[in-house]
Amino acid sequence: MAQLPASGLAIRRMSASSTPAPGIRSEGPEYAKLVDISRCIGCKGCEIACKEWNELGIEPTENFGSFQSHRDLSADTWLLMRFTEVEVGGDVAWFIKKDACLHCAEPGCLFACPAPGAIVQYENGIVDFNQANCIGCQLCVSGCPFDIPRFNPATRKVYKCNMCIDRVEAGLEPACAKTCPTNAISWGTKEDMVALGERKVEGLRARGLANAVLYDPPGVGGTHMMYVVPHGDQLDQYDLPADPTAGAGALAMLGTVRKLGASALGLGLLAAGLHYLGFGPQVPEEDAK
Amino acid sequence: MASLAASFGRGAMTNHWKDIKNADVVLVMGANPAENHPCGFKWALEARDNRGAQIVTVDPRYTRTSAVADRHLQIRPGSDIAVLGGWIRKILEERLYHEDYVRLHTNASFIVADDFSFEDGLFAGFDEATSTYDRSQWRYEMGGDGFVRRDPTMENPRCVLQLLRMHYSRYTPDVVASIAGCSAADFERMSEIVCSTGTAERVGTIMYAVGWTMHTVGTQIIRAAAIMQLLLGNIGRPGGGINALRGHANVQGATDHAIVAGSLPGYLTMPTPAQASFAAHVAAYTPRPLVERTVNYWTNYSRFMVSLMKSWFGESATPANDYAYHYIGKPGGDATWLSMWDEAHQGRMRGFVALGFNTLLAGPDVKRLVTAMSNLEWKVVIDPFLHEAAEFWNAPGVDASQVQTEVLYLPAAHWIERGGSFTNSGRWAQWKEAAIDVPKDVRSDTWILSELFWRVKELYAEEGGAWHEPINNLRWDYANPREPTLEELAREINGYDLTTGRLLNSFAELRDDGTTSSGNWIYTGSWTEQGNMMARRGTEDPSGLGFHHGWAFAWPLNRRVLYNRASADADGEPWDQTRAGIRWTGSRWTGDVPDFGATTPPDGAGAFIMTEEGVARLFTTGLVDGPFAEHYEPAESPTVNILHERVSVNPTVRWYDGVRESLAQNTEDYPYAATVYRVVEREHFVTSHVPLLVEAMPDFFLEIPEGLAIEKGVPNGSRVRVWSPRGEVEGVAIVTKRIRPLTVNGRTLWTIGIPVHWGFKGITTGSMANSLTPFIGDANTRCPEFKAFLVNMEPV
Repeated sequence: MAQLPASGLAIRRMSASSTPAPGIRSEGPEYAKLVDISRCIGCKGCEIACKEWNELGIEPTENFGSFQSHRDLSADTWLLMRFTEVEVGGDVAWFIKKDACLHCAEPGCLFACPAPGAIVQYENGIVDFNQANCIGCQLCVSGCPFDIPRFNPATRKVYKCNMCIDRVEAGLEPACAKTCPTNAISWGTKEDMVALGERKVEGLRARGLANAVLYDPPGVGGTHMMYVVPHGDQLDQYDLPADPTAGAGALAMLGTVRKLGASALGLGLLAAGLHYLGFGPQVPEEDAK
Repeated sequence: MASLAASFGRGAMTNHWKDIKNADVVLVMGANPAENHPCGFKWALEARDNRGAQIVTVDPRYTRTSAVADRHLQIRPGSDIAVLGGWIRKILEERLYHEDYVRLHTNASFIVADDFSFEDGLFAGFDEATSTYDRSQWRYEMGGDGFVRRDPTMENPRCVLQLLRMHYSRYTPDVVASIAGCSAADFERMSEIVCSTGTAERVGTIMYAVGWTMHTVGTQIIRAAAIMQLLLGNIGRPGGGINALRGHANVQGATDHAIVAGSLPGYLTMPTPAQASFAAHVAAYTPRPLVERTVNYWTNYSRFMVSLMKSWFGESATPANDYAYHYIGKPGGDATWLSMWDEAHQGRMRGFVALGFNTLLAGPDVKRLVTAMSNLEWKVVIDPFLHEAAEFWNAPGVDASQVQTEVLYLPAAHWIERGGSFTNSGRWAQWKEAAIDVPKDVRSDTWILSELFWRVKELYAEEGGAWHEPINNLRWDYANPREPTLEELAREINGYDLTTGRLLNSFAELRDDGTTSSGNWIYTGSWTEQGNMMARRGTEDPSGLGFHHGWAFAWPLNRRVLYNRASADADGEPWDQTRAGIRWTGSRWTGDVPDFGATTPPDGAGAFIMTEEGVARLFTTGLVDGPFAEHYEPAESPTVNILHERVSVNPTVRWYDGVRESLAQNTEDYPYAATVYRVVEREHFVTSHVPLLVEAMPDFFLEIPEGLAIEKGVPNGSRVRVWSPRGEVEGVAIVTKRIRPLTVNGRTLWTIGIPVHWGFKGITTGSMANSLTPFIGDANTRCPEFKAFLVNMEPV
């Protein structure tokens, strides 16, 4: 049995495992984070809290012509505030988005991962990477429809936001939600956060933002980080795919190939193939349940 | 702050942070709270999301505040009075003002004497030789009863309201647009929102900060805002006010405790050489009432002043010796930032002590400051960090071998290593605990200042010397006289009944017979026999309006909204029942702590208890540069003043030696407007030593408008050089759509944005923004004009 990072949490799915692991079963709610972009001022408090709590490294960085701290996410930057200037109806607008793992209900990374127990989805909705079991193949990177996981060439492992699972297990909210000065990040049960998100969207529409939406894409079964998006007609400008899919079914059909992948043979070839499959049309899948 | 005192009677944010949630319109102008006050800014978002309030920004840049606002208007740096004047005109012309409020709570009906005038950019009484006004020419007409003549109909052409209407009639949308550079249509769209709160049912607030104060007309910008808010009836009401957002956690506390030159604790006034006796001093600041039935609270000046002297000199302050009045200095000169460094620049200053202040990066014209500092014999820097001001000889371009100044650096504890209180923008004094220990070999400010005191005292004992009495008679009865505790100091500030030793509850208990002491009368009640009121953490809020009387202590007297009598009408009924500040029950006032006699009936006195008029001032003699705000161009401007070419710049500014020559002489060489500001990732200069914050915003940058970047061939992320006649900076270009071209006086104008956080110390170094800024400041406060100047730019 693969070694697991968090002990007390019930597991829903594990990578490269056809049956759920015998975890400790608990009746707990499914949690979610709601990011209200209309309240976000891009202060990067969350970005810094993430680094502090998770003891991530400070990266040498430079201003590249943006208010953004880094060009991209990395193994040491799991959360990045992205700044995009756009025009909306002749006026300038500044789209500021908290970019980090969305914790899909149907996690493409997990489905793509050939290493048993390297990626775990808990019953509470958190998708966590267990670096002890990671073989560094980066198939999760290809499997993610949001382009989130990042490979560290030094450790040869892949990293991403773990929703501060250690805090959540202790009954606390993630560090980003705790630190947000404008209450742009809410934390609660998925059910409550969907309801809150819908209320917020209604409020924005009443204020004249007719295209406001709650971003909780069904193609990945919904996510455990959702966004309230003021300009839902411009999702591309927020770098949010309009209809992301996990492609889990397509990947599941390749069960034997996946085992082959786990033996670390022909990975490059597979990566290319699986990348296509990962973004292909979604097929109802049975195996992973 | 000078402006708010001149308008309302006290120089402080009228409302408080949480109260912003009660607003219907939040005008953010001269501020960027999302960037500089991110925690407090959430209350604006609460107003927006819970009340449907509109948040609007008016700024030279589209900012992070604009990103969550409903509407943004881009204006030229330094054009704020034109914009505010345009709104005042609209409010008056279209009768959008809250008429009952204006009649009851302002001096709109007061008649002004005939000698007042305004012509070609000058008010009556201007003296060319001294560049000052004889303010006695801006006075009210007095009636036979010794009080001001008034016209309740406000129709008299000499009444304040009509003079105001005449003054601002010139500020038409086209004039505003030509000065500010925006389109008249965009200005009018913004006007519809800003001028919409002049009714009993609606309230608007203003959030401003140093984007308003840092101009040669800074005080008058805030005056214009005060006039507008008074016309709209927004002062004293929950959800209203003029909210001065302070740039550090304790700026308000520092101001309350006399950090401003010319001020004593609690906004008492520093004596002048002409005030030879205590009685003369007190008489100068004890105003006569101008109307019948006015509280005119400054008549208590002597009680506050005597109690202060008793706090400082104890038994040595007696009625017989004028309460030791002769112990305190009576500086004749001007000890403001600019004037002080001008003295040093001219070689007239020997030494300087900088306590918690990066004096090199925080002032304008760094090159001039280096010269000034090099003229000092010695400089002491007391600070947690060995910063640029402690190593000014190491500044780029300085030949250290030519600098003879001896610099002493004393490592001091950071506030995070100390307890004590912070007073926030909303006047809440909140007690805090030290978060971490003071490092080895580092001392607290109180230790350092006590040691300094003791060593001077010891020197007097050993060597004797002139004027030793103030030092030898200073009251110093602390448990450990070498390091008083902050608790001891806080109790001393609160004050005692000296006959019983009891801590006082209220400044109403202060006496001018020597039986009470108080280190700062406005803080009386902050530490009583019941304990440390600043440490209270009650979260109850029965009104739902966010008063939180059980949380910390708000000066004065735990009052949360200043001038709250004006939240009610002539009968003491709230203008808006859902947002009642205070309400008259027939025998007393309920709600917030009343800014009024607790049992004084509604018609017993005017609502503004700190003014001798009893009402707020649309017209004031309190400022040196005019009773009404008038648009003057920045000292360094891309245009002549289209309102009055011959008086383009504020005529009362002080021109220091050589400053005229240090300004851009034409717009060919310096074609772009520029302004400086902070970013949220950094806190002034201190955080350049904090790795995570440096990572979040690593390098000095320059914001270049997209159109200008294309014109000059500046790709995003490339390096550019920006210079003024005073210096230059170089950094990464952030090419942005958020700054658009303006059309000022018929000509296209680009604006360049420059952040202030970098220097030659810290984890990442970078150009000093203040290498560029001009050495000139506000006519009233001398606050430097950091916010509007001219530059040129080229790709590197």
